[in-house]
Amino acid sequence: MKTFWEVLLGLKSLFTGLSITIREFFKPTITTHYPRQTETIPARFRGHIQLTQNPDGGASLCIACKSCERACPSACIIVEGVKKTDGPGKTVSEFRLDFGTCSLCGLCIEACPVKPVKAIEFTKRYNLASTTNDYADMDLVQRYKDLQAKKS
Amino acid sequence: MSAIFDYLTQEPVWFYVRLVLFLVGTLAFVGANAAYLVWVERKGAGRFQRRPGPDEAGPWGLLQPPADGIKLMAKQVMTPPGADALLFRLAPALVLMPPMMCLAVIPFGDKLLACDLNIGLLLVFAFGSINVMALMLGGWASRNKYAIISAARVVSQNVAYEIPMLLVVITLLMITGTMNLNEIIHQQAGGFWQWNIVRGIWDFQAGHIGGNILVPVTFLIFYTCMLAETNRAPFDMAEAESELVAGAFTEYAGMGFGVFFMAEYANIVVGCALATLLFLGGWQSPIGTVPAEWGWWGTLLGTGFFFAKMYFLIFCVVWIRWTFPRTQFYNLLNLSWKILIPVSLVTLLLTAGLLKLPNLF
Repeated sequence: MKTFWEVLLGLKSLFTGLSITIREFFKPTITTHYPRQTETIPARFRGHIQLTQNPDGGASLCIACKSCERACPSACIIVEGVKKTDGPGKTVSEFRLDFGTCSLCGLCIEACPVKPVKAIEFTKRYNLASTTNDYADMDLVQRYKDLQAKKS
Repeated sequence: MSAIFDYLTQEPVWFYVRLVLFLVGTLAFVGANAAYLVWVERKGAGRFQRRPGPDEAGPWGLLQPPADGIKLMAKQVMTPPGADALLFRLAPALVLMPPMMCLAVIPFGDKLLACDLNIGLLLVFAFGSINVMALMLGGWASRNKYAIISAARVVSQNVAYEIPMLLVVITLLMITGTMNLNEIIHQQAGGFWQWNIVRGIWDFQAGHIGGNILVPVTFLIFYTCMLAETNRAPFDMAEAESELVAGAFTEYAGMGFGVFFMAEYANIVVGCALATLLFLGGWQSPIGTVPAEWGWWGTLLGTGFFFAKMYFLIFCVVWIRWTFPRTQFYNLLNLSWKILIPVSLVTLLLTAGLLKLPNLF
């Protein structure tokens, strides 16, 4: 008698399972068709760093203080600066990032003293896969100029 | 149109023409079904998991089966060293042959069948059992431990499930009194209440209790056994990817592997077709009967009903596969020997009693 009820209960559980899957069958799919569709990248996503666009246009906000270079635990940032010709302070002439060793810890951005907008920020780039090693060596000053040229 | 059809069905000279036509038709039917049931399976698997399934090759991924076929045919078929080369090559052919033979006696429509055999049902079961031997040969000839374990499992599983399947079919045969598949369908004319799955409970035409009041249970047992016989999930012990690599097919590459899959889907088609015509009235309309004066068109309509019922059952096979996990092997055998066989024996006795009951009053 006990076995009989066990069999019936087992059979009932099978139909419960079937009813669950058939309900899922008629729900819309949740796949993102990647190359044609993309998910929106979260606001705090950490891609590689880049020089923040100056809202007023013109040269980068970076003052070439090398705080980020010192703060970097993997020593993947190289910053060089030159004296400004039109006023006090320095401006960045070289900002290289070796993305191959970068751990995206964000200490460089924390260390940046420029106010109110920090001179470096995270990008949202994630399509960085490459068959060569060149992509890792990034010239961020060049990238800054390219982006500015694209904007104007 | 119908004149041509009558000519083909009546003239003895045209018997052979008809046979060849049906042979080509059956081959095309099995091929198309095997290819597109894989697509249905993958599409269904996708939908059950809220994915779109194959989507890139053609509209809705409809060109996926030809693409798979080309890929499989481009691959080299290798015989593993030390394997029995003859049996190894023979097994894929042997595994595809029985379901094709079975399709010869299955009536797709009133007159749409290759061979109107009086022992059609017996032929289907006879050839259905050969299928097991082909799988066993494939597993044994591979000279691979996984393949041999799988072959042993397939044999014990199929022996275990053949018994309840035949027992429930016998209960049905006691009601129908014939093994001619087309005649079995003719008996179920009139509407869905005349189908064996309802007629077994209460015979509306005769106005008394049917031959087998447990006929829905009988249908459930038949369907379960059909799943087990065709080695489908949750009883896919022949394959058991996660335990036995690919089971009996482990050593097969290219189209040799493909043919095993074609055979699996052909078997599902045969099993579901059999379930349709034994329990769900075959090509009979669910309401009323198709008028005889519609002739050829009526036959086509009946074929439509048959396919609708059959493909619904095939969809259920896919549905079940993507719902239940694989059973453990001893549970599988327990299910058959401890539950299905006793229950089907009870239905057999019950049917024998109930068939005599109306005569007593």
